[in-house]
Amino acid sequence: MRALLAAVALAAFLPAGAAGAAAPSTTVHIRDDAFTPASLTVRAGETVTFINDDDDAHTATADDNSWDSEGLTQGQSWSHRFTKAGKVTYHCTVHPMMHGALIVKSAR
Amino acid sequence: MKRASFLGHIAWTGAGIAYVLGADGLVHAADAAPGQFSFVQISDSHIGYAGPANADVHATLEQTVNTINALPVQPAFVIHTGDVTHVSKATEFDDARAILSRLRAPLLAIPGEHDVIGAQGPPRFAAAFGRRDAAGRGWSSWDQGGIHFVALINVGEGETMGVLGPEQLAWLEKDLAARAPSTPIVVFGHVPLFAVAPEWGWTTMDGTKAIALLRRFSSATLLNGHIHQIIEHQDGAIRFATARATAFPQAAPGTPGAKPGPLAVAPGSLLGVLGYRTVEIATAAAWQDVSLAQS
Repeated sequence: MRALLAAVALAAFLPAGAAGAAAPSTTVHIRDDAFTPASLTVRAGETVTFINDDDDAHTATADDNSWDSEGLTQGQSWSHRFTKAGKVTYHCTVHPMMHGALIVKSAR
Repeated sequence: MKRASFLGHIAWTGAGIAYVLGADGLVHAADAAPGQFSFVQISDSHIGYAGPANADVHATLEQTVNTINALPVQPAFVIHTGDVTHVSKATEFDDARAILSRLRAPLLAIPGEHDVIGAQGPPRFAAAFGRRDAAGRGWSSWDQGGIHFVALINVGEGETMGVLGPEQLAWLEKDLAARAPSTPIVVFGHVPLFAVAPEWGWTTMDGTKAIALLRRFSSATLLNGHIHQIIEHQDGAIRFATARATAFPQAAPGTPGAKPGPLAVAPGSLLGVLGYRTVEIATAAAWQDVSLAQS
Protein backbone atom coordinates (compact mmCIF):
# COMPACT_ATOMS: atom_id res chain seq x y z
CA MET A 1 0.00 0.00 0.00
CA ARG A 2 2.71 2.41 0.98
CA ALA A 3 4.75 1.79 -2.14
CA LEU A 4 1.65 2.14 -4.31
CA LEU A 5 0.61 5.46 -2.78
CA ALA A 6 4.15 6.77 -3.00
CA ALA A 7 4.22 5.87 -6.68
CA VAL A 8 0.94 7.66 -7.24
CA ALA A 9 2.23 10.74 -5.46
CA LEU A 10 5.39 10.69 -7.55
CA ALA A 11 3.50 10.23 -10.79
CA ALA A 12 1.23 13.11 -9.92
CA PHE A 13 4.19 15.31 -9.31
CA LEU A 14 6.31 14.50 -12.35
CA PRO A 15 4.31 16.39 -14.98
CA ALA A 16 4.62 19.57 -12.92
CA GLY A 17 8.35 18.96 -12.59
CA ALA A 18 8.65 18.45 -16.31
CA ALA A 19 7.15 21.87 -16.82
CA GLY A 20 9.66 23.27 -14.34
CA ALA A 21 11.52 25.35 -16.89
CA ALA A 22 8.71 27.89 -16.92
CA ALA A 23 7.84 27.67 -13.23
CA PRO A 24 10.76 26.23 -11.26
CA SER A 25 9.58 23.68 -8.76
CA THR A 26 11.50 21.40 -6.50
CA THR A 27 10.44 18.55 -4.31
CA VAL A 28 11.36 17.30 -0.87
CA HIS A 29 10.12 13.82 -0.11
CA ILE A 30 9.34 12.85 3.47
CA ARG A 31 10.19 9.19 3.68
CA ASP A 32 11.28 6.82 6.47
CA ASP A 33 11.19 9.64 9.01
CA ALA A 34 13.59 11.84 7.02
CA PHE A 35 13.51 14.76 4.59
CA THR A 36 15.04 13.80 1.24
CA PRO A 37 17.13 15.63 0.27
CA ALA A 38 17.97 16.79 3.77
CA SER A 39 19.54 19.92 2.31
CA LEU A 40 18.24 21.55 -0.85
CA THR A 41 19.39 24.63 -2.73
CA VAL A 42 16.83 26.67 -4.64
CA ARG A 43 16.65 30.11 -6.24
CA ALA A 44 14.57 32.84 -4.65
CA GLY A 45 11.13 32.75 -6.22
CA GLU A 46 11.10 28.99 -6.61
CA THR A 47 8.41 26.82 -5.13
CA VAL A 48 9.26 23.79 -3.05
CA THR A 49 6.76 20.96 -2.68
CA PHE A 50 6.92 18.67 0.34
CA ILE A 51 5.38 15.25 -0.21
CA ASN A 52 4.73 12.80 2.61
CA ASP A 53 5.47 9.28 1.39
CA ASP A 54 5.30 7.78 4.88
CA ASP A 55 2.35 5.99 6.46
CA ASP A 56 2.97 8.16 9.51
CA ALA A 57 1.99 11.83 9.80
CA HIS A 58 4.59 14.54 9.28
CA THR A 59 4.97 18.28 8.92
CA ALA A 60 7.54 20.57 7.36
CA THR A 61 7.79 23.50 9.74
CA ALA A 62 10.32 26.34 9.70
CA ASP A 63 12.38 26.43 12.88
CA ASP A 64 11.43 30.12 13.17
CA ASN A 65 7.77 29.22 12.48
CA SER A 66 7.67 31.55 9.48
CA TRP A 67 6.01 28.77 7.45
CA ASP A 68 4.31 25.50 8.31
CA SER A 69 2.81 22.74 6.19
CA GLU A 70 0.73 21.59 9.18
CA GLY A 71 -0.11 17.89 9.26
CA LEU A 72 0.44 15.83 6.12
CA THR A 73 -0.91 12.31 5.92
CA GLN A 74 0.41 9.75 3.47
CA GLY A 75 0.30 11.00 -0.11
CA GLN A 76 -0.49 14.59 0.84
CA SER A 77 1.73 17.44 -0.28
CA TRP A 78 2.21 21.11 0.51
CA SER A 79 3.98 23.79 -1.48
CA HIS A 80 5.62 27.03 -0.49
CA ARG A 81 7.31 29.72 -2.57
CA PHE A 82 10.57 30.99 -1.13
CA THR A 83 11.25 34.61 -2.00
CA LYS A 84 13.96 35.62 0.46
CA ALA A 85 17.56 34.56 0.06
CA GLY A 86 19.24 32.79 2.95
CA LYS A 87 19.37 29.47 4.77
CA VAL A 88 16.18 28.18 6.32
CA THR A 89 16.18 25.22 8.66
CA TYR A 90 13.02 23.28 9.33
CA HIS A 91 11.73 20.23 11.17
CA CYS A 92 8.73 17.94 11.65
CA THR A 93 6.69 18.94 14.68
CA VAL A 94 5.44 15.37 15.13
CA HIS A 95 8.98 13.97 14.95
CA PRO A 96 11.25 16.81 16.05
CA MET A 97 14.34 14.70 15.49
CA MET A 98 13.66 15.14 11.76
CA HIS A 99 15.53 18.16 10.40
CA GLY A 100 15.98 19.68 6.97
CA ALA A 101 17.56 22.76 5.42
CA LEU A 102 16.81 24.93 2.42
CA ILE A 103 19.41 27.26 0.98
CA VAL A 104 17.68 30.00 -0.96
CA LYS A 105 20.03 31.77 -3.36
CA SER A 106 19.34 35.19 -4.82
CA ALA A 107 17.31 35.17 -8.00
CA ARG A 108 19.39 35.37 -11.18
CA MET B 1 -1.26 -2.91 69.51
CA LYS B 2 -0.05 -1.90 66.12
CA ARG B 3 -2.30 -0.59 63.42
CA ALA B 4 -1.60 -0.38 59.80
CA SER B 5 -3.89 0.87 57.13
CA PHE B 6 -3.55 1.20 53.45
CA LEU B 7 -5.73 3.58 51.59
CA GLY B 8 -6.17 3.58 47.91
CA HIS B 9 -4.05 0.67 46.93
CA ILE B 10 -4.18 0.69 43.18
CA ALA B 11 -5.56 -2.53 41.85
CA TRP B 12 -5.38 -3.31 38.18
CA THR B 13 -8.19 -5.14 36.56
CA GLY B 14 -7.09 -6.64 33.33
CA ALA B 15 -4.75 -3.88 32.25
CA GLY B 16 -5.40 -3.19 28.61
CA ILE B 17 -8.16 -5.70 28.13
CA ALA B 18 -8.62 -6.68 24.52
CA TYR B 19 -11.98 -5.20 23.85
CA VAL B 20 -13.60 -7.96 21.93
CA LEU B 21 -17.21 -7.40 22.88
CA GLY B 22 -18.47 -9.57 25.67
CA ALA B 23 -15.03 -10.93 26.49
CA ASP B 24 -12.69 -10.20 29.40
CA GLY B 25 -13.72 -6.62 29.94
CA LEU B 26 -17.17 -7.49 31.11
CA VAL B 27 -16.02 -10.37 33.29
CA HIS B 28 -13.50 -8.23 35.16
CA ALA B 29 -15.88 -5.35 35.55
CA ALA B 30 -18.53 -7.68 36.95
CA ASP B 31 -16.18 -8.37 39.85
CA ALA B 32 -16.31 -4.74 40.89
CA ALA B 33 -18.46 -4.06 43.91
CA PRO B 34 -21.12 -1.42 43.29
CA GLY B 35 -19.91 1.93 44.49
CA GLN B 36 -16.25 1.05 44.17
CA PHE B 37 -14.20 3.81 42.57
CA SER B 38 -12.83 3.11 39.13
CA PHE B 39 -11.72 4.97 36.04
CA VAL B 40 -10.84 4.04 32.48
CA GLN B 41 -7.85 5.06 30.37
CA ILE B 42 -8.02 5.18 26.58
CA SER B 43 -5.34 6.52 24.28
CA ASP B 44 -4.04 7.18 20.79
CA SER B 45 -7.18 7.17 18.66
CA HIS B 46 -5.54 8.96 15.70
CA ILE B 47 -8.84 10.01 14.17
CA GLY B 48 -7.97 10.96 10.59
CA TYR B 49 -5.50 8.12 9.99
CA ALA B 50 -6.40 5.67 7.26
CA GLY B 51 -3.83 3.18 6.11
CA PRO B 52 -2.59 -0.38 6.28
CA ALA B 53 -2.36 -0.33 10.08
CA ASN B 54 -6.09 0.40 10.46
CA ALA B 55 -8.49 1.22 7.65
CA ASP B 56 -11.19 2.48 10.03
CA VAL B 57 -9.99 4.20 13.19
CA HIS B 58 -13.50 5.59 13.69
CA ALA B 59 -14.90 2.08 14.04
CA THR B 60 -12.33 0.94 16.58
CA LEU B 61 -12.87 4.06 18.72
CA GLU B 62 -16.63 3.58 18.47
CA GLN B 63 -16.23 -0.02 19.57
CA THR B 64 -14.14 1.18 22.52
CA VAL B 65 -16.84 3.67 23.52
CA ASN B 66 -19.59 1.07 23.18
CA THR B 67 -17.66 -1.43 25.29
CA ILE B 68 -16.98 1.09 28.06
CA ASN B 69 -20.62 2.18 27.99
CA ALA B 70 -21.61 -1.46 28.46
CA LEU B 71 -19.54 -1.89 31.63
CA PRO B 72 -21.99 -2.83 34.42
CA VAL B 73 -20.34 -0.32 36.76
CA GLN B 74 -19.61 2.94 35.01
CA PRO B 75 -16.19 4.46 35.75
CA ALA B 76 -15.96 7.80 37.57
CA PHE B 77 -14.35 9.19 34.44
CA VAL B 78 -12.62 8.23 31.24
CA ILE B 79 -9.20 9.79 30.60
CA HIS B 80 -7.92 9.99 27.02
CA THR B 81 -4.14 10.24 27.22
CA GLY B 82 -3.61 11.96 23.89
CA ASP B 83 -3.27 11.66 20.13
CA VAL B 84 -7.03 11.88 19.85
CA THR B 85 -6.48 13.07 16.26
CA HIS B 86 -3.90 12.21 13.62
CA VAL B 87 -2.92 15.63 12.27
CA SER B 88 -4.99 18.14 14.30
CA LYS B 89 -7.45 18.91 11.49
CA ALA B 90 -10.74 20.58 12.42
CA THR B 91 -12.73 17.70 10.91
CA GLU B 92 -10.70 15.20 12.93
CA PHE B 93 -11.51 17.01 16.16
CA ASP B 94 -15.17 17.18 15.14
CA ASP B 95 -15.29 13.45 14.40
CA ALA B 96 -13.42 12.50 17.58
CA ARG B 97 -15.66 14.68 19.70
CA ALA B 98 -18.78 13.20 18.11
CA ILE B 99 -17.66 9.68 19.00
CA LEU B 100 -16.26 10.42 22.46
CA SER B 101 -19.26 12.53 23.48
CA ARG B 102 -21.26 9.28 23.45
CA LEU B 103 -19.38 8.06 26.52
CA ARG B 104 -21.72 7.75 29.50
CA ALA B 105 -18.91 8.63 31.93
CA PRO B 106 -17.33 12.09 32.01
CA LEU B 107 -14.39 12.48 29.62
CA LEU B 108 -11.07 14.14 30.30
CA ALA B 109 -8.45 14.45 27.60
CA ILE B 110 -4.84 15.59 27.46
CA PRO B 111 -3.13 16.29 24.15
CA GLY B 112 -0.55 14.21 22.36
CA GLU B 113 1.87 15.66 19.83
CA HIS B 114 -0.56 14.80 17.02
CA ASP B 115 -3.18 17.06 18.65
CA VAL B 116 -1.04 20.19 18.68
CA ILE B 117 0.20 20.32 15.10
CA GLY B 118 0.37 23.78 13.55
CA ALA B 119 -0.83 27.06 14.95
CA GLN B 120 -4.43 25.82 15.01
CA GLY B 121 -3.83 22.48 16.75
CA PRO B 122 -3.68 23.68 20.37
CA PRO B 123 -6.75 25.96 20.17
CA ARG B 124 -8.70 23.25 18.35
CA PHE B 125 -7.84 20.73 21.04
CA ALA B 126 -8.81 23.20 23.77
CA ALA B 127 -12.11 23.95 22.04
CA ALA B 128 -12.97 20.29 21.53
CA PHE B 129 -11.86 18.96 24.92
CA GLY B 130 -11.98 21.96 27.26
CA ARG B 131 -9.36 21.73 29.95
CA ARG B 132 -9.77 21.95 33.69
CA ASP B 133 -7.00 24.34 34.52
CA ALA B 134 -8.37 27.84 35.04
CA ALA B 135 -5.14 29.40 33.86
CA GLY B 136 -5.57 27.69 30.51
CA ARG B 137 -2.13 26.12 30.61
CA GLY B 138 -3.57 22.67 30.21
CA TRP B 139 -2.16 20.79 33.15
CA SER B 140 -4.40 20.20 36.13
CA SER B 141 -4.93 18.25 39.34
CA TRP B 142 -7.93 17.17 41.37
CA ASP B 143 -8.91 14.89 44.23
CA GLN B 144 -11.35 12.09 43.64
CA GLY B 145 -12.01 8.72 45.27
CA GLY B 146 -9.25 9.26 47.84
CA ILE B 147 -6.68 9.76 45.08
CA HIS B 148 -4.82 12.88 44.04
CA PHE B 149 -4.90 12.94 40.24
CA VAL B 150 -2.51 14.98 38.11
CA ALA B 151 -2.88 15.45 34.35
CA LEU B 152 0.33 16.68 32.76
CA ILE B 153 1.03 18.06 29.30
CA ASN B 154 4.34 16.76 28.02
CA VAL B 155 4.11 17.45 24.33
CA GLY B 156 5.58 20.59 22.90
CA GLU B 157 7.34 21.79 19.82
CA GLY B 158 11.05 21.90 19.33
CA GLU B 159 12.10 18.95 21.42
CA THR B 160 13.19 15.49 20.38
CA MET B 161 11.04 13.89 23.07
CA GLY B 162 8.39 14.72 25.61
CA VAL B 163 9.01 17.77 27.76
CA LEU B 164 7.26 19.27 30.79
CA GLY B 165 9.14 22.54 31.03
CA PRO B 166 10.18 24.57 34.08
CA GLU B 167 6.82 26.30 34.51
CA GLN B 168 4.88 23.05 34.69
CA LEU B 169 7.49 21.42 36.96
CA ALA B 170 7.30 24.38 39.35
CA TRP B 171 3.53 24.03 39.39
CA LEU B 172 3.80 20.28 40.00
CA GLU B 173 6.24 20.77 42.87
CA LYS B 174 3.86 23.20 44.55
CA ASP B 175 0.84 21.00 43.86
CA LEU B 176 2.43 17.88 45.34
CA ALA B 177 3.99 19.72 48.31
CA ALA B 178 0.51 20.19 49.75
CA ARG B 179 -0.16 16.43 49.82
CA ALA B 180 0.63 14.01 52.63
CA PRO B 181 3.06 11.20 51.73
CA SER B 182 0.29 8.68 52.34
CA THR B 183 -1.89 10.24 49.60
CA PRO B 184 -2.03 7.92 46.61
CA ILE B 185 -1.00 9.81 43.46
CA VAL B 186 -2.02 9.01 39.90
CA VAL B 187 -0.30 10.99 37.15
CA PHE B 188 -1.41 11.09 33.52
CA GLY B 189 0.71 12.23 30.59
CA HIS B 190 0.87 11.42 26.88
CA VAL B 191 4.56 10.60 26.42
CA PRO B 192 6.01 8.13 28.95
CA LEU B 193 7.64 9.93 31.87
CA PHE B 194 10.31 7.24 32.08
CA ALA B 195 12.86 6.27 29.45
CA VAL B 196 11.10 3.54 27.45
CA ALA B 197 13.11 4.08 24.28
CA PRO B 198 14.87 7.46 24.11
CA GLU B 199 16.23 6.65 20.65
CA TRP B 200 12.63 6.69 19.39
CA GLY B 201 11.68 9.77 21.41
CA TRP B 202 9.77 7.54 23.85
CA THR B 203 10.73 9.40 26.99
CA THR B 204 10.24 12.78 28.64
CA MET B 205 13.49 14.73 28.73
CA ASP B 206 12.77 16.31 32.12
CA GLY B 207 10.64 13.38 33.35
CA THR B 208 13.18 12.47 36.03
CA LYS B 209 12.47 15.82 37.72
CA ALA B 210 8.78 14.93 37.97
CA ILE B 211 9.64 11.43 39.19
CA ALA B 212 11.88 12.90 41.91
CA LEU B 213 8.90 14.88 43.22
CA LEU B 214 6.90 11.64 43.53
CA ARG B 215 9.47 9.65 45.52
CA ARG B 216 8.22 10.70 48.96
CA PHE B 217 4.75 9.24 48.31
CA SER B 218 3.95 5.71 49.41
CA SER B 219 2.04 5.06 46.17
CA ALA B 220 2.45 6.82 42.84
CA THR B 221 1.21 5.55 39.50
CA LEU B 222 2.06 7.10 36.14
CA LEU B 223 -0.18 6.24 33.19
CA ASN B 224 0.84 7.20 29.67
CA GLY B 225 0.06 6.57 26.02
CA HIS B 226 2.12 7.45 22.93
CA ILE B 227 3.74 4.08 22.29
CA HIS B 228 0.58 2.08 21.46
CA GLN B 229 1.47 -0.92 23.60
CA ILE B 230 1.57 -1.96 27.24
CA ILE B 231 4.92 -1.60 28.96
CA GLU B 232 5.04 -1.66 32.74
CA HIS B 233 7.89 -0.55 34.91
CA GLN B 234 8.43 -0.31 38.65
CA ASP B 235 10.85 2.09 40.31
CA GLY B 236 10.61 1.97 44.10
CA ALA B 237 7.06 2.89 45.06
CA ILE B 238 6.45 4.41 41.64
CA ARG B 239 4.64 2.33 39.08
CA PHE B 240 4.62 3.19 35.39
CA ALA B 241 2.40 1.78 32.68
CA THR B 242 1.78 2.72 29.08
CA ALA B 243 -1.50 1.83 27.40
CA ARG B 244 -2.66 0.28 24.18
CA ALA B 245 -4.04 2.49 21.43
CA THR B 246 -7.52 2.38 19.96
CA ALA B 247 -6.07 3.02 16.47
CA PHE B 248 -3.07 0.83 15.65
CA PRO B 249 -0.06 -0.78 17.37
CA GLN B 250 3.59 0.21 17.10
CA ALA B 251 6.67 -1.98 17.13
CA ALA B 252 8.17 -3.03 20.45
CA PRO B 253 11.34 -1.11 21.33
CA GLY B 254 14.44 -2.99 20.24
CA THR B 255 12.73 -4.86 17.43
CA PRO B 256 15.44 -5.33 14.78
CA GLY B 257 14.93 -3.05 11.80
CA ALA B 258 11.80 -1.47 13.29
CA LYS B 259 11.02 2.19 13.68
CA PRO B 260 8.20 4.00 15.44
CA GLY B 261 5.03 4.57 13.47
CA PRO B 262 1.88 2.72 12.44
CA LEU B 263 2.43 -1.04 12.41
CA ALA B 264 0.25 -3.24 10.24
CA VAL B 265 -0.61 -6.57 11.82
CA ALA B 266 -2.02 -9.72 10.27
CA PRO B 267 -5.64 -9.46 9.12
CA GLY B 268 -8.02 -10.39 11.90
CA SER B 269 -5.56 -9.74 14.71
CA LEU B 270 -5.95 -5.96 15.01
CA LEU B 271 -8.52 -5.97 17.83
CA GLY B 272 -6.24 -8.18 19.88
CA VAL B 273 -3.60 -5.44 20.06
CA LEU B 274 -5.95 -2.50 20.61
CA GLY B 275 -7.67 -1.82 23.90
CA TYR B 276 -8.45 0.25 26.92
CA ARG B 277 -7.54 0.03 30.59
CA THR B 278 -9.82 -0.13 33.60
CA VAL B 279 -8.36 0.87 36.95
CA GLU B 280 -10.12 0.14 40.22
CA ILE B 281 -9.23 1.71 43.51
CA ALA B 282 -9.52 -0.81 46.31
CA THR B 283 -11.15 0.44 49.49
CA ALA B 284 -9.18 0.99 52.66
CA ALA B 285 -7.83 -2.11 54.38
CA ALA B 286 -7.01 -2.09 58.06
CA TRP B 287 -5.80 -4.76 60.39
CA GLN B 288 -4.54 -5.16 63.86
CA ASP B 289 -1.74 -7.35 65.28
CA VAL B 290 -2.50 -8.20 68.83
CA SER B 291 0.10 -9.76 71.20
CA LEU B 292 -0.89 -12.38 73.75
CA ALA B 293 0.01 -9.96 76.53
CA GLN B 294 -2.54 -7.52 75.16
CA SER B 295 -5.30 -10.01 74.72
